[in-house]
Amino acid sequence: MDSKKWDKIATGVLYFIAGVMILILAFLLIFILWNGLPHVSWHFLTSPAKSFQSGGGIGIQLFNSFYLLILSMLISIPISIGAGIYLSEYAKKNWLTNLVRTSIDILSSLPSIVVGLFGFLVFSISAGLGFSILSGALALTVFNLPLLTRNVEESLRSISGSQREAGLALGLSKWETVLKIIIPEALPGIITGMILGAGRVFGEAAALIYTAGQSAPPLDFTNWNPFYIASPLNPLRPAETLAVHIWKINSEGIMPDASQVSAGASAVLIIAVLIFNFGARYVGNHIYRKMTGTK
Amino acid sequence: MQNYASEDRYIKELDPKKHEIALSTEDLHVFYGTSEAIHGVSLPFERFKITALIGASGSGKSTYLRSLNRMNDNIEGTRVDGKIMYRDIDINGKGVNVYEMRKHIGMVFQRPNPFSKSIYDNITFAPKRNGIKNKKVLDELVETTLKQAALWDQVKDQLDQSALALSGGQQQRLCIARAIAMKPDILLLDEPASALDPISTSTVEDTLLSLKDHYTIIIVTHNMQQAGRISDYTAFFHLGNVLEYDITSNVFQRPKIQATEDYVSGRFG
Ligand SMILES: Nc1ncnc2c1ncn2[C@@H]1O[C@H](COP(=O)(O)OP(=O)(O)O)[C@@H](O)[C@H]1O
Ligand SMILES: [Mg+2]
Repeated sequence: MDSKKWDKIATGVLYFIAGVMILILAFLLIFILWNGLPHVSWHFLTSPAKSFQSGGGIGIQLFNSFYLLILSMLISIPISIGAGIYLSEYAKKNWLTNLVRTSIDILSSLPSIVVGLFGFLVFSISAGLGFSILSGALALTVFNLPLLTRNVEESLRSISGSQREAGLALGLSKWETVLKIIIPEALPGIITGMILGAGRVFGEAAALIYTAGQSAPPLDFTNWNPFYIASPLNPLRPAETLAVHIWKINSEGIMPDASQVSAGASAVLIIAVLIFNFGARYVGNHIYRKMTGTK
Repeated sequence: MQNYASEDRYIKELDPKKHEIALSTEDLHVFYGTSEAIHGVSLPFERFKITALIGASGSGKSTYLRSLNRMNDNIEGTRVDGKIMYRDIDINGKGVNVYEMRKHIGMVFQRPNPFSKSIYDNITFAPKRNGIKNKKVLDELVETTLKQAALWDQVKDQLDQSALALSGGQQQRLCIARAIAMKPDILLLDEPASALDPISTSTVEDTLLSLKDHYTIIIVTHNMQQAGRISDYTAFFHLGNVLEYDITSNVFQRPKIQATEDYVSGRFG
């Protein structure tokens, strides 16, 4: 057989595999949305959950998910940017840097339940934070930080060395060059990675079960003082998130409409994750086009 | 490649009374780790003249050029010994403010490397960082440097567009404009036309010739026609040594060293 024919066969196989993956994804999406969307309503999205009766919503869980996401991103974005800049621009090539990189890679491949148990022992028990948003946000940071750091590092690294030389040759300091030339050019990649990371965090359950906890006490949306116990902003209250809620309903839910609530919550979760993913592509492309002036 | 005795050299002396020296090196050695890439080069560079550095690839031209504004500082494991004299200061010495020095000794690289910013911002970026804030001054700077780089007529209506949309030759001229916007004394160029087509190349050459009135130019090229067309002096590099340095017409028409003659007549390289 000639190489042309092989080429055709190989292409065919690849198309087939790609097609199968798309089909699986499409099936999953349609299945979840088909089952879940009929239960999603404004009432469902805004009202608190009920433990024994039907008609409960996911309002508090939804709020908790976003609050936790924001808190953990507030912690991990600055750290990952700092660490990524250091690794890509300043770290010397030696055994210590290699060790740091290897550790980051290992950390990023830890199963999230392990991160959750670690968070439970360290943040909830040892640090005394208990089941709280803060404890959950820290666990999510441990879970997300390695990937974010790697993403920042890779995005910076993908900017050609000639850009650094251009800055230095104009008499700019290394820091100025990194800050004003390299980081802006790497920004589309960095932001895309951050949004994808946000999506990952949003759908995370295992790391939160024993850190942010599995209960969603009622919130008083009229009092935003973070020190008030029922305040939505109180970082020390337990906070069941949407993903944890789905897990919990399915393992021990006793409300009569448990399967409907679970299906509705799953649909909402999947839509949120999809928004993060498409948002990441859109924002990344948009910034890139804006900066390079290409269409 | 044939081996030539590196003792066999001709380095023309420039009488400092007749020729103003803008920059010179004295016994410059450059090491990459333990391997020595430049073996003690001493050269003068006359003010407002173009000096070409020629030689086969790997002979050390870029290494030497990059050490003149200490760009090699940024490569881990490099060491530069010897003196680089600029206005009676050894800028290879300790305690020299490298960033300040690079504002006086600008550089243009082999591959055009504009920032992914607008044409306007490419030129004004570094001057702004140096405290020039006045919009009118900046506008003027953009216009004069782009004119000097022979790019103004082509881009004056699209200054706010991305520099990445320009052709390779235009990008390289923008890089030249960007370098001279810092008003350096000396301009170092490392094969600035090697990635360009012949028409862009000749535009860049014309640009350099017109810049000669205000700048001291040191240019690496492995294109001997180019060296012949634009330079006043030529230094021939061979395996990390300069074997011949003289006025350009002598190097090309009456070389004093066998290796130079073989190289300029195309017998190796
Ligand atoms: N970053 C580097 N690390 C190690 N060796 C290098 C490096 N850059 C250049 N060299 C070596 O130094 C010598 C001179 O190279 P170079 O200055 O690039 O020559 P040219 O510009 O004349 O082609 C070559 O042998 C090359 O392999
Ligand atoms: Mg070179």
